[in-house]
Amino acid sequence: MDVNYIRSMFPALSRKVYGKDLVYFDNAATSQRVQSVIDEWNRISAESNANIHRAVHRLADEATQAYEQARDAVRGFLNAGSREEIVFTSGTTAAINLVAFSYGEAFVSEGDEVIVTEAEHHSNIVPWQLMCRRKGAVLKVLPVDDNGCLETDKLDDLISPRTKIMAVTHISNVLGIVNPVRDIVRKCHEKGVPVLVDGAQGAVHCKVDVQDLDCDFYVFSGHKLYAATGTGVLYGKKRWLDAMPPYMGGGEMVGTVTFAETTFAPLPMKFEAGTQNFASAATLKQAIKFINLLNDNKLEEYYNGIRDYLLDTLTSDSRIRLYGVPCGTNEEKIPLFSFSVDGVHHEDLALILDKMGIAVRSGQMCAEPLMDRFGVTGMLRVSVAPYNTMEEAEYFVKCLNKAIEMLS
Amino acid sequence: MSLQEAENAIIEEFSMYEEWLDKYEYLIELGKSLKDYPESEKTDDKLIKGCQSRVWLSHKVEDGIIRFNADSDAIITKGIISLLIGLYSGRTAQEILSSDFSVVEKIGLKENLSPTRANGLVSMIGRIRDIAKCNL
Repeated sequence: MDVNYIRSMFPALSRKVYGKDLVYFDNAATSQRVQSVIDEWNRISAESNANIHRAVHRLADEATQAYEQARDAVRGFLNAGSREEIVFTSGTTAAINLVAFSYGEAFVSEGDEVIVTEAEHHSNIVPWQLMCRRKGAVLKVLPVDDNGCLETDKLDDLISPRTKIMAVTHISNVLGIVNPVRDIVRKCHEKGVPVLVDGAQGAVHCKVDVQDLDCDFYVFSGHKLYAATGTGVLYGKKRWLDAMPPYMGGGEMVGTVTFAETTFAPLPMKFEAGTQNFASAATLKQAIKFINLLNDNKLEEYYNGIRDYLLDTLTSDSRIRLYGVPCGTNEEKIPLFSFSVDGVHHEDLALILDKMGIAVRSGQMCAEPLMDRFGVTGMLRVSVAPYNTMEEAEYFVKCLNKAIEMLS
Repeated sequence: MSLQEAENAIIEEFSMYEEWLDKYEYLIELGKSLKDYPESEKTDDKLIKGCQSRVWLSHKVEDGIIRFNADSDAIITKGIISLLIGLYSGRTAQEILSSDFSVVEKIGLKENLSPTRANGLVSMIGRIRDIAKCNL
């Protein structure tokens, strides 16, 4: 299988911007949608649009089945023990907020501690801050070193008898380095601390096995994974989800409701209040099917070739400062590169590249503490997907050089 | 040159460039041509809110003539504010307020900027107008 075949499955990739071929290098923000995802969303919207889990009529049954089949697909994708452990949310942010609230309500009290890392995006910081404020708990931070690697040797000292949970990103959306989450989970579990792994980037780039990882929670978004936007997944170990109170009330998340007392539906519906985004959630099944297709040696080799080319080019250019540089052989870097250029504003670069047909991200990337850590107001980020080509990477390097010359 | 003549000259200048990249090149040159802006003037009251990159705008009034100076940490933004200063600096409040500022639309600047930059542009124009109003 070659990259052109993969490309042909993504209608957006053949469009032009400003008369130039689109080069889409903002995949870490949102990936393009595969045709089968678009088709599935259209099919449900056109043929099977009915509220799920309640009515007995045919349309409702079809919509419910499509939604629940997607849950089975996600269970398989993460190798979760059971489908009850898969909760659909509107995205990574919603999933983390759910855990921060419901876990916090059940297990966190005044003076307790929560650990996050310096590499997190706002979605894995602010929900914990809100919870700490509500509960009178304390937020502690595991730092990253100058290369952007987590200083995991400091974790032992950070964990105390008051630590109630740790939240860590599988792969930072800025640094692009695969964090040693398995070791972190093991270290935390030795001291009885559960771990939430933010897989917003990790689920896209790594083969995730939540049972092997042994994490307590794993969350990711559909829209970064070729599925429809407004979809997300919370995997949680059953014993935690059972012990946590609901996050939102209403809809089909109940057992019985009276004004005196309400009981709640079993997992996973206990955490799926209100009418779900079923047409979008159903597309996760098609997206996962597509991801399984990418499991191909030739494709992987090609994809890694693009990563190595960009890594070499960006690290060997003295004008460029790359953040998230793999420092040892143990660290795996994904094709996601955040950098700054001496004397040139990241936003200017992004604007010029846009006019050359190249979509990149510029700014703080929802990770202000990390920007502060490296002493910058923003960065430029290039993130590559398996449908991108070596020619696009070479064109990008050429355009980047031209843009730097224009702006210097 | 009257303000209207100056605005028309800019519109004509911009129409010479077909590619947006060339228009950016022109803006970058304009940005580089902006005279030095003193660090002491980079205060919060001079900072224009609504821009993604930082923009400072200061002014002096002499004999009813308003003179602007500006700076930004991003060069294209600096080019945009430089273009505005080129038009509206050295004029009376009345002259400035007689303009409908449609020049930015006529040169296609507004719709070709990212929404955040377009907002920034609106804020820059708003600040210039506010300063003019205070000096009527």
